[in-house]
Amino acid sequence: MSSDTLAHAPTAPETPGPAAVPRIVPQRRYGQWTAAVVVLVLLGLALASVVRNQAFQWDVVADYFTTGAVLRGLWLTLWLTAVVMVLGFALGALLAAFRLSANPVLRAVGSGYVWLFRSIPILVQLLLWFNIGALYPTVLGVRTVNLLSPVAVAVVGLTLHEAAYAAEVVRGGILSVDRGQVEAAQALGLGRLRRWWRIVLPQAMRSIVPPAGNMLIGTLKGTSIVSVIAVDDLLFSTQLIYHRTYQVIPLLMVATLWYAVVTGVLGIGQHYVEKHYARGTEQAR
Amino acid sequence: MTVMVDIRSVHKSFGPLDVLKGIDLQVRAGEVTVVLGPSGSGKSTLLRTINHLEKADRGEITVDGAPIGYRRAGDRLYELPEREVLRRRTKIGFVFQDFRLFPHLTVLDNVVEAPVAALKRSREEAEEDALRLLARVGLADRSRAYPGQLSGGQQQRVAIARALALKPRLLLFDEPTSALDPELVGEVLDVIRDLAARGTTMIVVTHEIAFAREVADTVVFMDDGRIVEQGPPDAVLGAPREERTRAFLAKVL
Repeated sequence: MSSDTLAHAPTAPETPGPAAVPRIVPQRRYGQWTAAVVVLVLLGLALASVVRNQAFQWDVVADYFTTGAVLRGLWLTLWLTAVVMVLGFALGALLAAFRLSANPVLRAVGSGYVWLFRSIPILVQLLLWFNIGALYPTVLGVRTVNLLSPVAVAVVGLTLHEAAYAAEVVRGGILSVDRGQVEAAQALGLGRLRRWWRIVLPQAMRSIVPPAGNMLIGTLKGTSIVSVIAVDDLLFSTQLIYHRTYQVIPLLMVATLWYAVVTGVLGIGQHYVEKHYARGTEQAR
Repeated sequence: MTVMVDIRSVHKSFGPLDVLKGIDLQVRAGEVTVVLGPSGSGKSTLLRTINHLEKADRGEITVDGAPIGYRRAGDRLYELPEREVLRRRTKIGFVFQDFRLFPHLTVLDNVVEAPVAALKRSREEAEEDALRLLARVGLADRSRAYPGQLSGGQQQRVAIARALALKPRLLLFDEPTSALDPELVGEVLDVIRDLAARGTTMIVVTHEIAFAREVADTVVFMDDGRIVEQGPPDAVLGAPREERTRAFLAKVL
C-alpha cells in the first residue's frame, strides 16, 4: 500500500486525505557543506606547501629515516618510555594507596610527594640528579658519579616525576568505583587483596586507562628532554647527525615522523585496552 | 527451636545521631523474621550490625552462638582481625537493596566468586553449584550475561543466588524490592518465598506488608531506634497493641 502511495505522490492532490501520513523532509545543511569545503581547501594548500617546499628536503629525510643511529635512538626512547611508565605507575599506585589510607601519616607523605614532584620542573629535576655528586659525593663508599650514569639519571628523574601524576590518576580511578562494591565484596567474605585485584581495580581501570594513555604518549615525547643530559634517545641521535651535517630541518622531521608513528600505534592499542575494560557496561539496560 | 541470632541491648550512633537505642531480639533457626518500620527507624543499620558491616557501639550480637566481629573472653569482647571476621561472615548471606552485583563479571562469575575466593572451593564444583542456584532463581539461561544486560528483578535474583552460593546459615535482606519497578517486585518475592518454604533462616527488612503477613513467622516493628512491638504477623499486623504501630500501618496499608 505504501509503495502505491509513493508511486502516485507527484500527482497527488495538495491537501492529503485524513489517512495520509505526511512525509518528513530533512533540513538542507548548506553551512556544513561550505565549512567542509573551506577546511579541505585550506588543508590541501598547507599540505601542498609542505610537499613543495624544498627546504624540508624529503629525500634527506628518507635517507636517514632508518639509519642505525636513528633506530638505536628510537629503541632507547621506546624502552625508556616503557620502563618509566611501569615504574612510575607502580610507585604511583603505592602513593595512591598512601593517599587513600586511613593512616594520617601515610596520607600526608603521599600528598607531600605529589605536591613536591609536581612542583619541580622535570628539566630542573634531571639537572639536579645529573649533579647529585655535588650534594652526595659518595653513597655507601661508591662514587655517586659512577653510580648514576646519564641513562640511570633519566630513568630515576622521569620515574619520580611520572609517579606523582600516576598517583593522581590511580587515586581518581579508585574513587570512581562505587563504595558499595567493596562492601558487597566484604559481605561475601572476600579478603583485602582479592577485593582490590578482582573487584576494585578492574572497575577503576575504566577511568584509569584514558588518562594513562594520555600520559604514555606524553612520556614518549617527554623523554626527548633527556637529550639535555646527553642520553642518545631519538631526538639526541638526530641532533648528533645534524650537528655534523647541518641538515637541521630534515633530521627534526625524521624524529617528528617517528614520534607520530609510535603515537599512532599507541592510540590504536589504547582503543583496544579501553574496550577490554568496558566489558559489561556498553550494553543498554 | 534453637536461637540462631541473639541480639542483646545493641546501641549504635553515627556522630550525634543515635540510630539504635538498645535492641533486644532473638531469631530462631528456620524462621523468617520480617522487620518493618518507617525510614530512619534503624532497621537497615540493625541488619548491618548483624554481619558486622557496622560495628555496634554497645551490646552483643551472636550468630550460631558466636559473635561475628569479636572474641569473647569473660566480660570482654576483643575485636578480631579482618581475616577472621571475613571467615565468620561467610556463614551469613547479605542481599542489598541496590543489588551490588559486580558489573565487570558475568552472572556466573558473580555467583562463583565467593565460594572460590572465600571458601577455597574448586572452580568446577563452584560453577556446578552456581548453575543449580541460578536455575533455582529462574536464570539458568543468563549465566553468561553481564549484570547490565539484566532487568532489576533479574539482577536481584542473581544477587540472591550469589548470597546462597556461600551456603549460609542465615540470610539477611535489606529492602530487597525497594529499588525495583513495581511489576518486578513479584519475581523477587517469589524467590524469597521459596527460600522460606525450604526452612532458610532469614531476616527481611521490607516495606511489603502483604508479604510480611504471608511469609513471616515473626514481625518486628521498629521506630526511632527501638523495637516497638514484635510477634506473629496476625497479632502485630492484625491487632497491633501500640499506637505507633497502628499509625504506621494506617499510613502504608
